[in-house]
Amino acid sequence: MTVNWGLARRREALGARARIIQEIRRFFIEGGYLEVETPLRIPAPAPESHIDPVPADGWFLQTSPEICMKRMLAAGYGRLFQICHCWRAGERGRMHVPEFTMLEWYRAGTDYAGLMDECERLVRSVVEGMGFGGKLAFRGGTIDSAAPWERTTVRDAFVKHGGMTMEEALERDVFDEVMVERIEPRLGNGRPTFIHDYPACRGALARLKPDDPTVAERFELYIGGVELANAFSELTDPVEQRTRFESEAAFRAFRGQITIPLPENFLAELAEMPPSAGIALGVDRLVMVLLDAASIDEVVAFTPEEL
Amino acid sequence: MYSVADLKKGLKITLDGDPYLVIAFEFSKPGKGQALYRTKMRNMITGGILDRTYRSGETFEPAALEERQMQYLYKEDNHYTFMDNQTFEQVQMSEEAVGDSKNFMIDNLPVDVLIFGEKAIGVTLPNFVNLRVVQTDPWVKGDTSGSDSKPATLETGYVLRVPPFIEEGEMIVVDTRTGDYSTRVRG
Repeated sequence: MTVNWGLARRREALGARARIIQEIRRFFIEGGYLEVETPLRIPAPAPESHIDPVPADGWFLQTSPEICMKRMLAAGYGRLFQICHCWRAGERGRMHVPEFTMLEWYRAGTDYAGLMDECERLVRSVVEGMGFGGKLAFRGGTIDSAAPWERTTVRDAFVKHGGMTMEEALERDVFDEVMVERIEPRLGNGRPTFIHDYPACRGALARLKPDDPTVAERFELYIGGVELANAFSELTDPVEQRTRFESEAAFRAFRGQITIPLPENFLAELAEMPPSAGIALGVDRLVMVLLDAASIDEVVAFTPEEL
Repeated sequence: MYSVADLKKGLKITLDGDPYLVIAFEFSKPGKGQALYRTKMRNMITGGILDRTYRSGETFEPAALEERQMQYLYKEDNHYTFMDNQTFEQVQMSEEAVGDSKNFMIDNLPVDVLIFGEKAIGVTLPNFVNLRVVQTDPWVKGDTSGSDSKPATLETGYVLRVPPFIEEGEMIVVDTRTGDYSTRVRG
């Protein structure tokens, strides 16, 4: 009888988690991607309205590895992936731990549509590698990951599930509430869903859609109502990027949130970044979905409360 | 004053003038969006269920609830009357608010009454209450049907399963939390 029974009984889940991570690595290495490690403690993460970094000895623990990975893109590295820890202060719930594992990958010469295809191939490859055979049991339903995935715009999803248009939701300042209460639970049931073309104001580092600049070339992946990944066609205009960072920083200052300096080296090098797309996928959540776990607590070795 | 960070199951807050008990709670954060705190609450007076989503920075008043030691006096029409042991003040409670507790309440029973403002909204009984069996069939000696319990009606009208040896007129101890027979009263 072991003392830490709660930890001992996670043996099977942690074994599966390790195999899933190996499958992810295999997919990218076979696809000609370079696995990189960038510093976890950085002077300036990208300032975003609703993401609070954890201060660390004058700098910050990264909220995502995007700043360093995009500098590598700008320096000519065309295909990059990284599996690393990220920190976001105050995020704790059934789907959140403040220190979590992120998979990010970047690819030069493609856009968000290209990344949707690649993301679909990645998840299929992991599901196959794990021997799950394309049908995932999750929260009482079955998700067919082998069938063609659904692709829907944010606009269509608001009309179909939200009971109001995307524009109305923004106007009435209830975009997030409608998304969480009415739309998210209906995404990715039966088969995985990409929801794309977010309002321009909801993609601080994303390129605007050339034929409709009211939306950004950004998508999210949902499986069984769970948000798994966020991606976009990268903004490569340093002037525009600085303006957007300044507006996010002003919002943070107005709300009295922690001040984050602008990532000046990134802004200086951004002009050299080729047209690219990048995506961040929550590894803990992918493991949750593949193992039909009810809480993120079941798929990590330690929750913050257990330390 | 509570903040959204205090929200959890079991918290009691005041909302639109009524006391609410938080019965479910979930932290949500849609991609790149703000943190949202989704709660399901039960109105402690009407029993109605309410879903509300809160943002960071919102605050709540604790529910102004008070528990007072009283005794149960009598029932008239659909109202139950209790008396405060210290002040002798009497309060009335609806049958709805008394709920299943009515099955175990006999005159002069000491209870805790939950007060919201001036209103009595709930009652907590002692865990064990002695009640008299007013009707049950006699135990047929040599009964080999194998049944190890039989129905019995208590003085409150409540019917429960008791062991076969319990006789009409006997006092038994009932667990008010489960409504089950506990033991017979000795003496």
